[in-house]
Amino acid sequence: MKLAYWMYAGPAHIGTLRIASSFKNVHAIMHAPLGDDYFNVMRSMLERDRNFTPVTASIVDRHVLARGSQEKVVNNIRRKDKEEKPDLVVLTPTCTSSILQEDLQNFVDRAALESEADIILADVNHYRVNELEASDRTLEQIVSFYIRKAILSNSVSKEKTIKPSVNIIGILSLGFHNKHDLVDLKRLFSDLDIEIHQIIPENASVHDLKNLSQAWFNFIPYRETGLLTAQFLKEELDMPFVDITPMGIINIKACVRQIQSILSNLGSNRDYEKYLSDQTKYISQAAWFSRSIDCQNLTGKTAIVFGDATHAACMTQILSEEMGIDVLWSGTYCTNDEEWFRKKVEPFCREVVITDDHNVVGDLIAKTEPNAIFGTQMERHIGKRLNIPCGVISSPVHIQNFPLSYKPFLGYEGTNQIADLIYNSFTLGMEDHLLDLFGGHDTTDVLTNTLTADNDIVWDTSAFAELSKVPGFVRGKVKRNTEKYACQKGYTEINLEIMYEAKEKVNT
Amino acid sequence: MTISNENKLTFECETGNYHTFCPISCVSWLYQKIEDSFFLVIGTKTCGYFLQNAMGVMIFAEPRYAMAELQEGDISAQLNDYEELKRLCLQIKKDRSPSVIFWIGTCTTEIIKMDLEGIAPKLEADIDIPIIVARANGLDYAFTQGEDTVLAAMAQRCPDNKNYPSKNAIEPTTDAIHPPLVLFGSLPDAVVQQLTYELSKQGITVQGWLPSTRYTELPFINEQYYVAGVNPFLSRTATTLMRRRKTKLIGAPFPIGPDGTRAWIEKICSVFNITPTKLDERESEVWSSLENYLELVRGKSVFFMGDNLLEISLARFLIRCGMTVYEIGIPYMDKRYQGAELLLLEKTCREMNVPIPKIIEKPDNYNQLDRIRDLQPDLVITGMAHANPLEARGINTKWSVEFTFAPIHGFSNAKDILELVTRPLRRNLNLNEVSSEMYSSRY
Repeated sequence: MKLAYWMYAGPAHIGTLRIASSFKNVHAIMHAPLGDDYFNVMRSMLERDRNFTPVTASIVDRHVLARGSQEKVVNNIRRKDKEEKPDLVVLTPTCTSSILQEDLQNFVDRAALESEADIILADVNHYRVNELEASDRTLEQIVSFYIRKAILSNSVSKEKTIKPSVNIIGILSLGFHNKHDLVDLKRLFSDLDIEIHQIIPENASVHDLKNLSQAWFNFIPYRETGLLTAQFLKEELDMPFVDITPMGIINIKACVRQIQSILSNLGSNRDYEKYLSDQTKYISQAAWFSRSIDCQNLTGKTAIVFGDATHAACMTQILSEEMGIDVLWSGTYCTNDEEWFRKKVEPFCREVVITDDHNVVGDLIAKTEPNAIFGTQMERHIGKRLNIPCGVISSPVHIQNFPLSYKPFLGYEGTNQIADLIYNSFTLGMEDHLLDLFGGHDTTDVLTNTLTADNDIVWDTSAFAELSKVPGFVRGKVKRNTEKYACQKGYTEINLEIMYEAKEKVNT
Repeated sequence: MTISNENKLTFECETGNYHTFCPISCVSWLYQKIEDSFFLVIGTKTCGYFLQNAMGVMIFAEPRYAMAELQEGDISAQLNDYEELKRLCLQIKKDRSPSVIFWIGTCTTEIIKMDLEGIAPKLEADIDIPIIVARANGLDYAFTQGEDTVLAAMAQRCPDNKNYPSKNAIEPTTDAIHPPLVLFGSLPDAVVQQLTYELSKQGITVQGWLPSTRYTELPFINEQYYVAGVNPFLSRTATTLMRRRKTKLIGAPFPIGPDGTRAWIEKICSVFNITPTKLDERESEVWSSLENYLELVRGKSVFFMGDNLLEISLARFLIRCGMTVYEIGIPYMDKRYQGAELLLLEKTCREMNVPIPKIIEKPDNYNQLDRIRDLQPDLVITGMAHANPLEARGINTKWSVEFTFAPIHGFSNAKDILELVTRPLRRNLNLNEVSSEMYSSRY
């Protein structure tokens, strides 16, 4: 047993559901007790999805515990098959169902006999992999299922597209700014004169997966999801892939140069150097920003970085190489990707931290006292407690990290967004500091006094005790309104009765 | 159509494929209520993930709650449960020194049959902190029923004259004109004060509340005490108080809405042979203060998808407000514990001259969405999983969980209920211009 208050990556089934619900017309059925369908709430709330999340539960209750699921799972699959006519049903075990050790594969086989839809069982071990690893595996599982099926029926197309083309692999629901990133990636590839062949899993149809091979190469924007699929496609269909995340000017350059070399290996010679320098000069403001006086003021300021491997690594490099900020330490909770992460960030920070325990991260922040934090929502709250500003750069996140406005982290527009994020974090910290020096702007006390000073109303002990239980941020308002009410009524002392009366009459 | 033409209540039971919160969510309000407690949820990452996300920003406020996250070695019994729990509880004792530790059993502890009730007394003696076990799992219970399992377990810990004969400081005061009364149900302190105050106006003294703000202040419960519930989902607690603590349950409608509050007080008074004074006046005063809201809801229709067991009481109140209720979905219906509430519902429908809604136990959300499409209700009270998709189809929704967290009990808080119910309706009045431009499909 482990005492845990917070986790950075969710349980495995969340990863599977994120993949399944990202595809078009794929339905996931969870073998789970009542209440485990919280995924639907998150998707509906965080992504503000207009559609019903295609995830239902085949409920595990006392009867299932006593007698096994028997026909229940099979019937639920058949029912969904009829109701929604999905292309694919993914039966998703949860940590509860996996200890029941029911033969879910058998249910899948039986249901497959009578269903129009394809049916697969998500193959993830709930006690060994987390959300991110599970999403990687499930995506690979679905892709390999359809590729192998096509190979068997000899329907894999050997033809490549005429123009150079790419598959973008790993854009999925509830991903950190994934949808905005996708817009900028589309722009990047159109600028590079490369066709986008398929984007998976976001809004993709499983029936198109057999044509993945028509693209010249695959592109993996995020390390966490998609690498396994890319490796599978490399082995099975000999497709090369690019896995450099185009986040920050330097990484975009590296990414585009690798694309150029892959294309030239395949016989299409492109020279992107002029494009890269034009974009860096005119489209991205980030390079100029680094030279401007604002950024000069950031020199020698300290920061720490923590997040998933992709974002934390890129951010560390941007802070250090593009802004001249001293990164005290950089860390990730993707403990399974330690080797890569270390190699990637070691040149850009003083220390590397690999942990999924937020207490370790919190203590380190308190100990190192950086000027700014770049992390997840957890680090933001640690920062709040310690009065250190924080920019959020990675999941896990809240609803405010699913902005309506266009805020990519990747590509050239991404570099602008990141520059703003960094600069705003540091200046806000500065502003706070100055306010502190000059006496602050907290005037709530003064306000309350002027509004209540001219009446001589007394609160009796019980009413006062009651008032002190009202949450601080509305207490002043409740007090004022109650006193106002008492004044009107000509009371001079406020007791509980008057307090409740005021609540009813004037909605204090 | 689900509206029945009969004028008796009808009950149906569907498949139980509905969305609700896991009952372990009760730790989020109970740890705040019981100030010296610590809640340890013994489960997996799935439980932790749910709590972390459902509790939102509360999770950053260093809550007195934690997961005992089971590892592979715990599942396969390679590790000793007792030793593991002892290690964690000692750490909690050291870091937080609570007066009580609650162990919340989950689906996983059920399946691997971890003997929490057996381990607790031993460990309690070992580390000298009371340990209370509640099995609030998704195999057996829905959402608010979690609180019920915790309170039922707590009811066993309330002192009585036999166990604490010396500590009779909290014993009934001699000037009370009625036998001692203990109320059960966790409510915010302000609401506790308000309800206690309403009863005191009728000359009724509340001996204590289960739960109290501190574990060390649990009320005395002796045989022949009277108890009354304030929430509709507390049937196990009521059973425990009756059978194990030999108390007498006052079966009353619940003090939700002015009509419910009045009926609740009247019933308690009648049991104690007290003639209530000025209740009529009090109720009509509250109703007239609600007039602005009532204008908005009159004649409108509501559909409860069902997820928190408050549905019967809320439906009864909304019918009294002049609304029509198409369907009352509810996870679990205890017809005995809610008996008085059901009678009041029936009576209210007759008096307001509206059809009696069907009560659907263990609803099937998919079927319900079909019925919603047919009925086109003015308001659907539902969980967050369906709210945005329904709004996108032009159906007004109110998120049901808010009714669990907002103060809705007593005369003073009737306004808060209507504030919640009318919010989508009021929003529509403001958004006329943009709503027509909104991308949405008719449902």
